[in-house]
Amino acid sequence: MTYALEIEGLEKRYGDGFQALKGIDLHVREGDFFALLGPNGAGKSTTLGIVSSLVNKSGGTVRVFGNDIDTNLSAAKLNLGVVPQEFNFNQFEKVFDIVTTQAGYYGIPLKQARVSAEKYLKKLGLWDKRDTPSRMLSGGMKRRLMIARALVHEPRLLILDEPTAGVDIELRRSMWQFLEEINRNGTTIILTTHYLEEAEALCRNIAIIDHGEIIRHTSKRELLQQLSVETFVLDTETPLESVPELPGFQCVINGDGALEVDVAKGQGLNALFVELEGKGIKVISMRTKANRLEELFVRMVEDNARVSGATGEVRV
Amino acid sequence: MTPLALWTAFQTIVLREIRRFTRIWPQTLLPPAVTMTLYFIIFGSLIGSRIGDMGGFDYMQFIVPGLIMMAVITNSYSNVVSSFFSMKFQRSIEELLVSPVPNWTILAGYVVGGMARGLMIGLIVTLLSLAFTRLSIHNLPMVVVTVFLTSALFSLGGFINAMLATKFDDVSIVPTFVLTPLTYLGGVFYSIDLLPDVWQGVSLANPILYMVNGFRYGILGVSDVNPFVSLGMIVIFIVLLTAIALRMLARGKGIRH
Repeated sequence: MTYALEIEGLEKRYGDGFQALKGIDLHVREGDFFALLGPNGAGKSTTLGIVSSLVNKSGGTVRVFGNDIDTNLSAAKLNLGVVPQEFNFNQFEKVFDIVTTQAGYYGIPLKQARVSAEKYLKKLGLWDKRDTPSRMLSGGMKRRLMIARALVHEPRLLILDEPTAGVDIELRRSMWQFLEEINRNGTTIILTTHYLEEAEALCRNIAIIDHGEIIRHTSKRELLQQLSVETFVLDTETPLESVPELPGFQCVINGDGALEVDVAKGQGLNALFVELEGKGIKVISMRTKANRLEELFVRMVEDNARVSGATGEVRV
Repeated sequence: MTPLALWTAFQTIVLREIRRFTRIWPQTLLPPAVTMTLYFIIFGSLIGSRIGDMGGFDYMQFIVPGLIMMAVITNSYSNVVSSFFSMKFQRSIEELLVSPVPNWTILAGYVVGGMARGLMIGLIVTLLSLAFTRLSIHNLPMVVVTVFLTSALFSLGGFINAMLATKFDDVSIVPTFVLTPLTYLGGVFYSIDLLPDVWQGVSLANPILYMVNGFRYGILGVSDVNPFVSLGMIVIFIVLLTAIALRMLARGKGIRH
């Protein structure tokens, strides 16, 4: 099995003594779409910063496609594309120059760099803006520019740190489609995100990091199977005057007049609809109350805070 | 990276630097041309005609090599310090740090970029000086070697300054409070023979004196110090500053956490 990223015993202690990473292990298979989740300050960006050489590690090993960053840094970097959380391009340079210059840093000759830059700027809808100074772009365009820049040398592993932060829903969806497409074409993707809906929609495997430790490293499917109860919100054809009695289900009427029903794992929705039919309640739409992954994430991080005795305020 | 890929990366950095300083030419190329023209008019033509000979040459001829060197020094230094610090400030330095470009190539790219601006300004000032005086070159290899090495040295200095700088003030402190006084006291406008013995001795501790005089020797054939000592000094400083800059890059001083 080929691993795109192997992290073993990774530690980071900053100059002020703060230990951001406490010896984490992480393995991401080639071709995976992987999410690294965690509350603010958990160590996500530090981990990705070390992998992409922006942060010096204090201990442990990191290998990108088998290339150790201590002994074969250049080969590791050639396989890596990085989309950081903050905008980090020259605000005075033109879009096309930013992308072709980045290709040049990877040793790609200008002629070839221009072809590659055109390909990705077109795919990301920025070709019309190629001669625009980057500072004139909208927030969403700037994010797409950073993705085009990270892909111009065709890396095998793409790291995205909060790629859709501050991006509107429509654009976020189109970026998801793009990322799914490049993942299907063989690029391994690791992302961190605060939109857990994003991780649930895109990723196959997930690690949750908190206080510098990996508290869960598993597949999304396995993680979601741990949900014991899920809450569904049902909009009914006619407003309900009182909470109906549905044997086996707990329900309430929320502030919007919709019916919220807790469905236990294994209980199935058919039984619920049989009960609703029996009460003559017609459902016109249904949705899950909270994002399933979000629910699990909050629970795990809070459990971890309790165990470690830390004051874990969870912000997602 | 293959040698060809390294060459491409090096070229990319240099061309990016040249593109930067030519794009903002009113800030980079025009001011030194205006300032030096004023020096030529005021110190050379107006005051110089009353001063008479210096070192066996009329005053205008005497100060031209020093002024060219002053422009080369200032601009090589400023180019690298402002460009690299601005990349740090905007975090676009991360574009380079995530790429496989080795540290020595990054350093070489910035130094050659700084040299490109320093030498371009040197050429502009030389051409301007021809409007005021006649220049004959005594030793062309000496002129070329001195000006190239000096611009490389001050580009290295600018690079180290940018690595250490944490705010915009730090970028201007060295040029204003160190570089300018040392240049003015480095024999640009006078021969140190005019100074009392004590101050001659103090002047010999100023590294810029050697560069100005090495260059003046190449053009006029006169110098306050042995021109080969000048070259030796420049080479020693280049080796020293290169080692410091590479060490800082390896440690990620100010650019990696």
